[in-house]
Amino acid sequence: MSLSTDVGSTARRLLPTRPVPEDLDAHLAGFGPRPRLDPDAMIDALDDSGLRGRGGADFPTGVKWRAVMDHTSRDGDAVVVANAAECEPASFKDRFLLTYRPHLVLDGLEHAADAVGARRVVIYTTRSHSDVEAALRAAIRERRRRDDSDRFIDVQVGPNRYVAGEETAVVSRVSGRLAKPKVVPPRPFQSGVDRLPTLVQNVETLAHAALIARFGAPWFRSVGTQRSPGTALLTVSGAVRTPGVLEAASDTTVGAIVERAGGVDGEPAMVLLGGYFGRWVAADRIWNQTIDADSLRSIGATLGTGVLVVATAATCGISETDRVLTFLAGQTAGQCGPCHVGLPAIAETFHKVATGRARPAALDLLVRWSHDVRGRGACRHPDGAMLFLASAMELFAADLRHHLRHGLCRYSEQRALLPVPATEGGWW
Amino acid sequence: MRVRLRVDPIKCKAHGMCGELFPERIRMDDWGYPVIDSRALSDDVVEHARRAIVDCPRAALWVEPVDEPGARERPDDSD
Repeated sequence: MSLSTDVGSTARRLLPTRPVPEDLDAHLAGFGPRPRLDPDAMIDALDDSGLRGRGGADFPTGVKWRAVMDHTSRDGDAVVVANAAECEPASFKDRFLLTYRPHLVLDGLEHAADAVGARRVVIYTTRSHSDVEAALRAAIRERRRRDDSDRFIDVQVGPNRYVAGEETAVVSRVSGRLAKPKVVPPRPFQSGVDRLPTLVQNVETLAHAALIARFGAPWFRSVGTQRSPGTALLTVSGAVRTPGVLEAASDTTVGAIVERAGGVDGEPAMVLLGGYFGRWVAADRIWNQTIDADSLRSIGATLGTGVLVVATAATCGISETDRVLTFLAGQTAGQCGPCHVGLPAIAETFHKVATGRARPAALDLLVRWSHDVRGRGACRHPDGAMLFLASAMELFAADLRHHLRHGLCRYSEQRALLPVPATEGGWW
Repeated sequence: MRVRLRVDPIKCKAHGMCGELFPERIRMDDWGYPVIDSRALSDDVVEHARRAIVDCPRAALWVEPVDEPGARERPDDSD
């Protein structure tokens, strides 16, 4: 991963100008001390800013914080968890942010704790991100030594499983149980860690909140669109010359973002946007779209976790989808039948089609099954996986028929574009 | 109060009893897990719904108010 240099864009808020991890001195020199806001002022600022969650769900941050605040007792019994699980294999933006700007995230975490009334403050990361864990612990020590932090920030490390970053799974793990999702309601704001009202917030979102606390909602809205104000962190990879983490205002086009990542090595054919719960979109369809929610919705896509993978016609979309689908099928928590029985059945059938070992009826079966499993898990794992599959079956419909008849194509053996980590054992 | 039937997918272990007792609103998928019609229960089917709830060996079924704000409308993923 490289720190891509900015090409004439002013939208650099979260990413540092120099690729050097920022210690507390540098952080304070750049931003000054963290302002103290009363809870209502802080949450009003979030509402006015229009900030939405950057962990994939795009939910209004102010609404989320207020829901927790309203459930908190007068002596402040809430729990705040910064979610740095980043279990999305093609995403690096949260780790990148925590490595270069840990204090901005920790500021946001403290703002959240002040606003909702939390005594217990946790940052949750994943075992395989051990460098991030070390950076975080160092940053927390720095703050404690400086006495800039009046509270204990606990670091919790969970398993690197795709669904272990889902907020009910995070709550479960921080409560001392396995990192598996739960049925909602109750939602974390109603009954979260140790049954207390809990805010689970992605770390990029917290960093934006820290900037809003300092510079205000109008400043935040000065870039981006009305519905998707501000900037977003993106992980750009695939057939681009300088893959890496970029920051862009939401009114930036996909094409311009790819240019900032060095441009495409070859002719772009398709883009995977949003991560493994995201969608495949034809390059010519998405190239001139801006990355704000309205623009992406108009072509059936979402920014999701900010993952943008560019592929040329020399990539086999069927084989890429096959590998990711098999990965997702192996990532279920094993709790809900439609997901832990359905996804492997679907992935296996898709694999047979991809390798030319299925009957034509398999395509109809895939469509029916993928509709059947949606909305039937405790979490959205089956829904997300099936949106990804549906976008592949639509965009690669002709390729899919070709694979059904002839098996692997001449691009199937190319270097894999989408990473699929080995599944770790255990859920603790 | 208008209510709809829900299944706890973690508790459900595909015994299939509910589909037998309440076929008007429950069908079984290819793996034996119930697919529940999420529309509000009308008076004529409430008794069948009640039997399905009471007889589920895993106690995995319940009814919730249709307008339950936390039900399924909101994205679950951590944001």
